[in-house]
Amino acid sequence: MKEKKKLKKRLKYFPNSRYYDIQDTLFKYFGLACTLLGVIILSILIIDLVIDGASRINWDFISGDPSTSPEDATVMVGIVGTLWIMLFTALIALPIGISAGIYLEEYGKRSKFASIIEINIANLAGVPSIIYGLLGLEIFVRMLHLGESILAGSLTLALLILPIVIVSTREALKGVPYSLREASYALGATKWQTIWDQVLPAAGGGILTGVILSMSRAVGETAPLIVVGAATFVTASPNGPMDDVYTVLPMQIYNWVGRPEKEFIPTAAGAIIVLLIITFLMNGLAIFMRQHWQRKVKW
Amino acid sequence: MRNLLFTFIAFALLTSCGGDSIKIDGSSTVFPISEKAAGKYSKTENSTKVKVSESGTGGGFKKFARKEIDISNASRPIKKSEDSACKAGGVKYIELPIAYDGLAVVVNPQNTWVDKLTVAELKKIWEPAAQNKIMKWSQIRAGWPDIDIKLYGAGTASGTFDYFTEAIVGEAKSSRGYYNPNENDNVLVQGVAGDKAALGYFGLYYYLENQDKLKIVPIDDEDSTNGAGAIIPSMETVMNGTYQPLSRPLLIYISKESSTKKEVDGFVNFYLDNAETVVKEAKYIPLTKETYAIVKERYKNKVVGSLFLALKSTVGIKLEELLKKQ
Repeated sequence: MKEKKKLKKRLKYFPNSRYYDIQDTLFKYFGLACTLLGVIILSILIIDLVIDGASRINWDFISGDPSTSPEDATVMVGIVGTLWIMLFTALIALPIGISAGIYLEEYGKRSKFASIIEINIANLAGVPSIIYGLLGLEIFVRMLHLGESILAGSLTLALLILPIVIVSTREALKGVPYSLREASYALGATKWQTIWDQVLPAAGGGILTGVILSMSRAVGETAPLIVVGAATFVTASPNGPMDDVYTVLPMQIYNWVGRPEKEFIPTAAGAIIVLLIITFLMNGLAIFMRQHWQRKVKW
Repeated sequence: MRNLLFTFIAFALLTSCGGDSIKIDGSSTVFPISEKAAGKYSKTENSTKVKVSESGTGGGFKKFARKEIDISNASRPIKKSEDSACKAGGVKYIELPIAYDGLAVVVNPQNTWVDKLTVAELKKIWEPAAQNKIMKWSQIRAGWPDIDIKLYGAGTASGTFDYFTEAIVGEAKSSRGYYNPNENDNVLVQGVAGDKAALGYFGLYYYLENQDKLKIVPIDDEDSTNGAGAIIPSMETVMNGTYQPLSRPLLIYISKESSTKKEVDGFVNFYLDNAETVVKEAKYIPLTKETYAIVKERYKNKVVGSLFLALKSTVGIKLEELLKKQ
């Protein structure tokens, strides 16, 4: 009774408040449903993969010699190729992308020219990946004579993820309160000292989120790598960045999925599980670093 | 820590210079055969690294003409334009037929009306003039039901597309545009299997692996000299040349310059010696033993140039006769 009275009183002064209450609850559940949708689809996918592919996951599948028959095909050459490619993609794209982001955000002056660059970088993120492959083929493979090497593949993927790294670095830097910079300047620090010692550590978490997103994109790419010469089947693992005989996990998966023999289905599913684990480990490392980093930063 | 990383990278860059390897690229249809051959070869002693890629028959020939690869896989014979590109790049090649492939025309198992199709009827469906005109089964043969026809076929970049259009429409790459194209034959299988009104074409083996989900259509080329009536594709009818015009030769092209290298020569000889086994394992149809003997001779004598360039059409050729002529 008391409750009702209270509500009536409230309604008297805020005639819409019940409506807003409903709106609030509605959106809460709508948002929950949206979140669950992604989780449910991912779990269906993973369950399906595990049902199909769990029987193939064993040490031999991961470390055995390459084979062409569905029963003893292995992912070893793909794992080695993927790790080499990802290592060099990260070593090339991250320093360049983060530096470019710092320049644009901290040093660049607001001008028409700057906003044109800004728009173009954002647009680059939407270019189909095979276009980067064609660019890589002409520049890295042919003009720079890198051949169909792992390095040429890494450079191509680095181009592909650069826009994501740059944009997310800028967003992370934007999130650092300006007072932090002012305090640093007030203590007599130079611009570089301010960026290196104050702004970057504070923005580190956000930058790493961008790194996770971009590396996750690169790890699943096939189209640009086909163009710059990644093979579908190789008889031995690559032994370094200049080796031109290599394949990556997504290309092995693509090959196995397309084969007529049904026996390739478990092999493909097993390889997808391995690729997911690699992606999770990679992201886990970045999240660990982010946690570690954020604990050190206190304003 | 940082120094360690730099040392590691410098070391990795220095020690990993390419080395000798055998590079194969080209058709994704021929890929499984070369893949099996490479896999078997790698288990022999003193084998060299082999890489097999699949950028398509056309893409393979482009790299071949630039001397970027040693062997080009092809699901159709080399074209005049590609031959001139090879000449311009100074690449002489040895052309070796390696297997047969049949293209299966299939419908959904619930399709009760189609008993066979003639080449003329297929042409009516697939020619460019059929676009927006031939939309229903009843337009193909009187008496067939008045329901929309759904078409599934090879993507336009594949040699399969080139071959099908040449064999059926009469001109390579000439096809109606409105159909569901896919480079992945398993996707086409799924499409036809899930659609009562569907008609599709793809590699024969994809039908043989999915017989419970698909219904094969016998093809009549209305030419009784190579088997009368409608013929069902099978190992046998493709091999004896009666399943026409939808069976085709698969080939490999070896750069003459590369063939002088010991490791490439060793690999090609291994490939040809084991051709029948690897072709069967890759689920294609092997040539006859006599034909393989002629092909081996051809490689031994390093006969350069193509057998097919002088021909008007590659549809319906008899490989053995053609090879013997030379």
